[in-house]
Amino acid sequence: MTRRGVTRNLDIVIAGASLERVPEFLTDERKSGRTPGMTEPAVGEKRILARADFPIFLGALRDLGYRVVGPTVRDGAIVYGPITRVEDLPIGWTERQDAGAYRLDRRSDGALFGYVVGPHSWKKYLFPAHERLWTASREGSRFAMAPEPVDGPSFAFLGVRACELASIAIQDRVFARAGDPGYAARRTRTLRIAVQCGQAGGTCFCASMGTGPAVGPSHDLALTEILTPQRHSFLVEVGSVAGARVLATVPLWPATAEDERAVERIVARTAASMGRRMDVSGIRDLLVNNPGHPRWELVGQRCLACTNCTMVCPTCFCQTTEEVPNLSGEKVERWRRWDSCFNSAFSELHGSPIRKSTSSRYRQWMTHKLATWHDQFDSSGCVGCGRCITWCPVGIDITEEVAAIRVAPATPRAAGDRT
Amino acid sequence: MPSTRPKLAVFKFASCDGCQLTLLDCEDELLALAGRIEIADFREASRRVVEGPFDLTLVEGSVTTPEDIPRLHEIRANSRVLVTIGACATAGGIQGLRNFADVAEYQRVVYAHPEYIRSLATSTPIQDHVPVDFELRGCPISRAQLLEVISAYLGGRSPNVPRESVCVECKRRGTVCVVVAHGTPCLGPVTQTGCGAICPSFHRGCYGCFGPQDTSNAPALSQKLVQLGMDSPSLARFYRTFNANAPAFRAASDAARPSPSPEGA
Repeated sequence: MTRRGVTRNLDIVIAGASLERVPEFLTDERKSGRTPGMTEPAVGEKRILARADFPIFLGALRDLGYRVVGPTVRDGAIVYGPITRVEDLPIGWTERQDAGAYRLDRRSDGALFGYVVGPHSWKKYLFPAHERLWTASREGSRFAMAPEPVDGPSFAFLGVRACELASIAIQDRVFARAGDPGYAARRTRTLRIAVQCGQAGGTCFCASMGTGPAVGPSHDLALTEILTPQRHSFLVEVGSVAGARVLATVPLWPATAEDERAVERIVARTAASMGRRMDVSGIRDLLVNNPGHPRWELVGQRCLACTNCTMVCPTCFCQTTEEVPNLSGEKVERWRRWDSCFNSAFSELHGSPIRKSTSSRYRQWMTHKLATWHDQFDSSGCVGCGRCITWCPVGIDITEEVAAIRVAPATPRAAGDRT
Repeated sequence: MPSTRPKLAVFKFASCDGCQLTLLDCEDELLALAGRIEIADFREASRRVVEGPFDLTLVEGSVTTPEDIPRLHEIRANSRVLVTIGACATAGGIQGLRNFADVAEYQRVVYAHPEYIRSLATSTPIQDHVPVDFELRGCPISRAQLLEVISAYLGGRSPNVPRESVCVECKRRGTVCVVVAHGTPCLGPVTQTGCGAICPSFHRGCYGCFGPQDTSNAPALSQKLVQLGMDSPSLARFYRTFNANAPAFRAASDAARPSPSPEGA
């Protein structure tokens, strides 16, 4: 770290503070009279980042070449998009979520991360909705194949929640097994800056799925927003060397035992306010043994087969590949697009879908997500983020569907009898 | 010297011409297209007409007059592959609203001399009268999908035209759901994709221009629309636009407001 770098970053904080017009210098760590540390912390160490220094933190990410993406308000929801300055974050916003309903709401404070997850997930950066895989051109009687380059920007994901860290880990396993070069390249370049949830949403059930609300160890940096009338700062935990490097030019204060207790209280409060819960005991066998349960028919009558649940799901990875030729027939491109097991064409073989009824598609999705995913990828496919509940236009609730089958399970069948 | 390129013809029935205009809108591709296919009969583009039979025929519009029927049969007999384009040709179009009303009464109200009008009581899709090889939906059709259909024909393959919901495209685009986040009525979940999910990206609900998706559960969506505050007449009108006569939308509007039976007239 050079002296010059520090000076430049302090210039940024002054500019940032004047833009915000919030006299936070008076209420945060600076008031204590202590001076911030300017040494790169080690992996596993904890520090305090003042809210007023958040622009310096964003600047440090940019200086290292990261393209910062994170939560921002757009079209009446908190979605993920480019974050170029702290004001791009949903400052002072929160949301109300229930089955089939989402509304933005104002908070009474200036929290940067005072909400949970919206309709977007990080998969849109790691597993894009449209992706060209290769191009082939006719050269005389032969074809020349050109694979798509896997270079691209290095993203810094700002504000990754505990459930989302878990979902990225799940997709890592899925795409690693598939040997997907594009995913692997994008994932390796990505920095994950986690944020502990200070509250749970109306459709959250990460506590049931064991994925949250406490952020697990697999991150580059983890922030906990500590916000009281007297104080607005972040406890930062360093999760990787790449994360530590970001902090080298950011003013940080030592974290006290009281700071760590504050974080524990925040996590405990969030855990106690989960909007939903799901009993996952023996869930694999419960679902695998109930393919004929009458509940599937009932949910099939309500389900729109619109695919919204699978599109918003941070672990759903279904895709279709299409060959797109040009009119002259001289060039063809292979594109990959998000697909869904709720589409009839998804299970089409020999001109007809295998899963004709909507109930069979819902059963396929939920049984895979919660049960056979264990067989395939050694974990549940559900992280309890609640997106499928909130963003279902008719409010089908996966936790209710599981509960209904659990209340009156069918007689267990012999293994393999799944007609 | 006679052309060896496949011959393309474009014919219209009751329609606004917007769908065949889509072919002329293919400005960037038109030259490449003309190099692969001979535009033999396309009155909106050229007075030059080459006699049939035609290899690929695009038919726009719905059947609304007695004269339409023999003309359509003649076109079918003269076409190797017949593709219908647009909501009129595939579902009866906006003029399919007559199927829910008394046409004779309309004629008395609209025309000074209704005795000069000879019209059928219904507006029906082409498929109701002759076999159709492929139906391309939309009001209007999508330029990209039209090129895909022609390109597929030239390549001897099936067109890649998804039958899934508009929601799929909304989510791929990252558009925020207007139903869930705004409480705006939207036909997207029951409507076939193809438009690029334009309306929700402008905070409007889907109007159903591409007709029902292949697994359309309109009764379940109707329940949601009622919860959002739609009354029965509004709900019926919501389904009765460009694809009012498409079976899934017709059933949904009938369920919302049983139509006065024109059969008794």
